[in-house]
Amino acid sequence: MSTLLAVNHLTMRFGGLTAIDDVSFAAKNEEITAIIGPNGAGKTTVFNCLTGFYKPTVGELLLHEGALTHRLERLEDFVVAQKARVARTFQNIRLFPAMSVLENLLVAQHNKLMLASGWTIKGLLGLHSYKKEETQAIELAKYWLDKTNLTKRANDNASDLPYGDQRRLEIARAMCTDPRMLCLDEPAAGMNPKESAELNSLLQFIQNEHKIGVLLIEHDMSVVMEISDHIIVLDYGRKIAEGSPEQVRNDPAVIRAYLGEDEDEELPPEVAADLQRETSHG
Amino acid sequence: MEYFIQQLINGVTLGSIYGLIAIGYTMVYGIIGMINFAHGDIFMISAFIALIGLLVLFGAGITWLPLVLIVVLILSMFLTAAWGWVVERIAYRPLRGSFRLAPLISAIGMSLFLQNFVQIAQGARIKPLPPVVSGGFILMDSGDFTVNLSYLQIVIVVLTLVLMTGFSLLISKTALGRQQRACEQDRTMAALVGINVDRTISLTFVIGAALASVAGLMFLLYYGVIDFFIGFLAGIKAFTAAVLGGIGSLPGAMLGGLLIGLIETFWSAYFTIEYKDVAAFSILVLVLIFRPTGLLGQPEVEKV
Repeated sequence: MSTLLAVNHLTMRFGGLTAIDDVSFAAKNEEITAIIGPNGAGKTTVFNCLTGFYKPTVGELLLHEGALTHRLERLEDFVVAQKARVARTFQNIRLFPAMSVLENLLVAQHNKLMLASGWTIKGLLGLHSYKKEETQAIELAKYWLDKTNLTKRANDNASDLPYGDQRRLEIARAMCTDPRMLCLDEPAAGMNPKESAELNSLLQFIQNEHKIGVLLIEHDMSVVMEISDHIIVLDYGRKIAEGSPEQVRNDPAVIRAYLGEDEDEELPPEVAADLQRETSHG
Repeated sequence: MEYFIQQLINGVTLGSIYGLIAIGYTMVYGIIGMINFAHGDIFMISAFIALIGLLVLFGAGITWLPLVLIVVLILSMFLTAAWGWVVERIAYRPLRGSFRLAPLISAIGMSLFLQNFVQIAQGARIKPLPPVVSGGFILMDSGDFTVNLSYLQIVIVVLTLVLMTGFSLLISKTALGRQQRACEQDRTMAALVGINVDRTISLTFVIGAALASVAGLMFLLYYGVIDFFIGFLAGIKAFTAAVLGGIGSLPGAMLGGLLIGLIETFWSAYFTIEYKDVAAFSILVLVLIFRPTGLLGQPEVEKV
């Protein structure tokens, strides 16, 4: 697979705090790349740099599109979504709460709709091309509603959905922007095992059918170990390991980061056993 | 009874004008959470643009009224919209991301600047306009009192209805309206689905100014006199209307405008005209005490 995203020497400082310290990695097309690490490792900061939220202190973020390369760190936030086509979801869900589920998916397609509607002028005149585009937008929205099991709730307010549905709607909305790279920030947070299993198959469907790169931040190891092709481990803003799930699972540096150094004895035996199981079984 | 109906007609007419201005306040508040105090002065400028336009066209010997009014209306909408855009660009956009009071202070400064600019450029004296649209229907005649419905009042109310309906549809049904609402609900997220937030905010100012310019032309035709200071009181009234209806809510702004217009008219008719502003603002105080979110405003529910 060709490289989709190359992060080169990314450093992000907030005053005296270095949130990310010289991190480099690459993510490939049609692969799921997971970024894991303990809390505060800088995972979400990486996402914020990628989506134009933060301007990195140092480093370059290259998104390849054939022969073309987008330099994400130089783009304004909406251009990242519009031109480089990077979409993301949030750890704390951010839907448009006062819009219906369907509208949330339509607003994600507004760029092509605005273009087709000639900045609303053609739309007001009810021209055919706009009608067609609008129908297509609704079709695409319905497709993703179906994939995320939300068809029945299409006309409900987004804020009225239960938690798990909101999470899936956020993914559906990201997909409606027609992304080249999808960044998911803890999509399985707060999900029960059944829901995480469904999430796994949704992500694999996106990877296989839509052929885009997925970047995933996740704490739920049952998700990470099962679907990731490649894992990057961050700790205190540094990359401490990288590789296939198998390699990462057995990497001593990773185990140390998750369990702490020489602290195993101090943990109560049942907790230590739990942690052991987590890391060995995933 | 006749007297009452006459006041009702007058009140609805005045309310239409307030409602159109109030939309500008409520939209801007909705999208960036600030009160654009210069909006009343944008309205004042639009009245001046309309006055100049009318005088130029009449001076050029064009007197066919529908043509003159439509040309002036469109001209004034475009020029006023440009003013709205420039004000946002100069006074508010550079302060985005600054602390909350900064754009508010900048708005007050912009308001004073516009007033003084017009005062110097056009002179401080009131500018009269001879009645342009005259005539009307006599609805009722009881001998000692006749109820008049002038053509102008019909034009004002109908045009307002058309604009407000069109505008509501624009916001609720079109891609542009969705974009607008997305920015209102979560600006960051809107940018992340590829919406150009700055441009959407500019557009809000442009639309608000265009609607205010319609109100400006109507005000000019209805009252026949304007000066550089009309924007202050009209602006405050329209702002009151927006708060009364629930700031941030479009139907609220329209309803609020109507109510303020009616209260003011009825108070002047039945009590003392000197205290009409006091009446309008007292109602505002009462509403804010008993319903702080305004009549149609949604209370913000904090989820725990």
